[in-house]
Amino acid sequence: MTEEALHVDGLHKSFGELEVLRGIDLVVAQHEVVCLIGASGSGKSTLLRCINLLEPIDAGRVFISGEEITAEGVKVDRVRRRIGIVFQAFNLFPHMTVLDNVTLGPRRVLKVSRTTAETEAMDLLARFGLADKRDQLPDRLSGGQQQRVAIVRALAMKPDILLLDEVTSALDPELVAEVLNVIRELAHSGMTMVIATHEMGFARDIADRVCFLDAGRIIEQGPPSVILSDPAEPRTRQFLQRIIDAGRL
Amino acid sequence: MSSLGGPLVTPGGPPVVRRKAARFSWRAVAIALTSTVIVFGGLVWIVVNAPNWPAVQKAFLNGPIFWYSLPLLVQAFWKNIQLFLIAEALILPLALVIAVMRGLPGPAFFPLRALATGYVDIFRALPGILVIYVLGFGVPGLRIPGVPTDPFFWAIIALTLIYSAYVSEVYRSGIESVHPSQEAAARSLGLSRSQALRHVILPQAVRRVVAPLLNDFIGLQKDTVLVSIIGVVEIFRRAEIIQAANFNFTPYLGVALVFIVVTIPLARFTDWLVARDKRRGAAGAR
Repeated sequence: MTEEALHVDGLHKSFGELEVLRGIDLVVAQHEVVCLIGASGSGKSTLLRCINLLEPIDAGRVFISGEEITAEGVKVDRVRRRIGIVFQAFNLFPHMTVLDNVTLGPRRVLKVSRTTAETEAMDLLARFGLADKRDQLPDRLSGGQQQRVAIVRALAMKPDILLLDEVTSALDPELVAEVLNVIRELAHSGMTMVIATHEMGFARDIADRVCFLDAGRIIEQGPPSVILSDPAEPRTRQFLQRIIDAGRL
Repeated sequence: MSSLGGPLVTPGGPPVVRRKAARFSWRAVAIALTSTVIVFGGLVWIVVNAPNWPAVQKAFLNGPIFWYSLPLLVQAFWKNIQLFLIAEALILPLALVIAVMRGLPGPAFFPLRALATGYVDIFRALPGILVIYVLGFGVPGLRIPGVPTDPFFWAIIALTLIYSAYVSEVYRSGIESVHPSQEAAARSLGLSRSQALRHVILPQAVRRVVAPLLNDFIGLQKDTVLVSIIGVVEIFRRAEIIQAANFNFTPYLGVALVFIVVTIPLARFTDWLVARDKRRGAAGAR
């Protein structure tokens, strides 16, 4: 059990009449990289937002490192600091410099001193080639740089697991690679990640496992070599055919 | 994106406009001058030749009374300055508290939400002068021990109550203009609701409403004359006293001039802020 970084059990979520997640079961081992693929509206983003409790769930349970976070009386703020999430639209704080964006969580939530937080933030920024951007406001940066800062901001909390929600979908094509390289490096360094993505080539490269979501269920999962080349389910095949037709695989 | 679109557009665009403006400038100035002289000269001629002009001149434009009253008015204006500075210092934090109270989530906070909403509804509905009158005359009239009777005190309270209702709505519009994804990002780091509000949402919200806040501040400055009805000797009351003693309206012209001199620079400053925010808008809109 301790090997489990994340365990999702029978997760259901509806927005009004619309049932977005219809019973999701997902186990992610430590250091594992899982890619969620599927059409827009299949529930990938909602699943990620439910895992860190940004969306209240209707039924089911979520465990982080064996501890149930959906149990009664669990403090959500304490849970979220262990789960990093990076959003499609970066969601950096526009009124703060890059360094303040990164140190806000450690300083206010982990109560780390300013000096320590800034030293650690600078280490992370330097690691991802952003050290010279420390005093810039986010809107001075390119989309790729902003998204890398957002990843650093999540990493600064030293999360047990990192959730990435279509983090390259809002980027100009020439900026996608720099962000994917950062994620690739994180995968090699052993970060546990759940990645919702439309980048099939990238998923094939770095995923230990690919899950195909359709209409709120994981209908097929396995190693990328199988799922992306020779899927069993007709709906997976149909989806991949559309991706191939669009020239994205 | 703009860095891609920019260079393609600029060579044809703005420079043409600028050259055009430069070429025609002298001609344009001459035309503007001539038409201004005709229009304003015409207006002055009509006014000065109106049948009752001498009477108007005597009642509103009396030189000696003007120069006699102006220093007294400026001195009395110090009271208005005190009124709007103290009131504003109370309004800004009180209104922020009310705005935040109105946005509290969940059933447990219903009484606070209702209180804040009720307060805003009531004080925006009431004519300001009514609030000033009731507080300034009514409350001291009760002779409750320990309750101040100083009209200046009640003037500040009344202005604060009236304007906090408006200003809290300005804050609220600012808070609501911050995209929910900002709160999601803050909460995802483990920040509590109040930490997210304090460090992420309010700093952005307040920055966006600086111009409308200044607008309300200008309104407050002018509304300080309303408290003259409860006996605070500020600039308007002072003008009334001089007018009553001399049967002449010229002191009111002095009051008007003082407000114009104080308010117009602030209005221009507000315009400048709005223009600056608009320039930055594209970048900070997220």
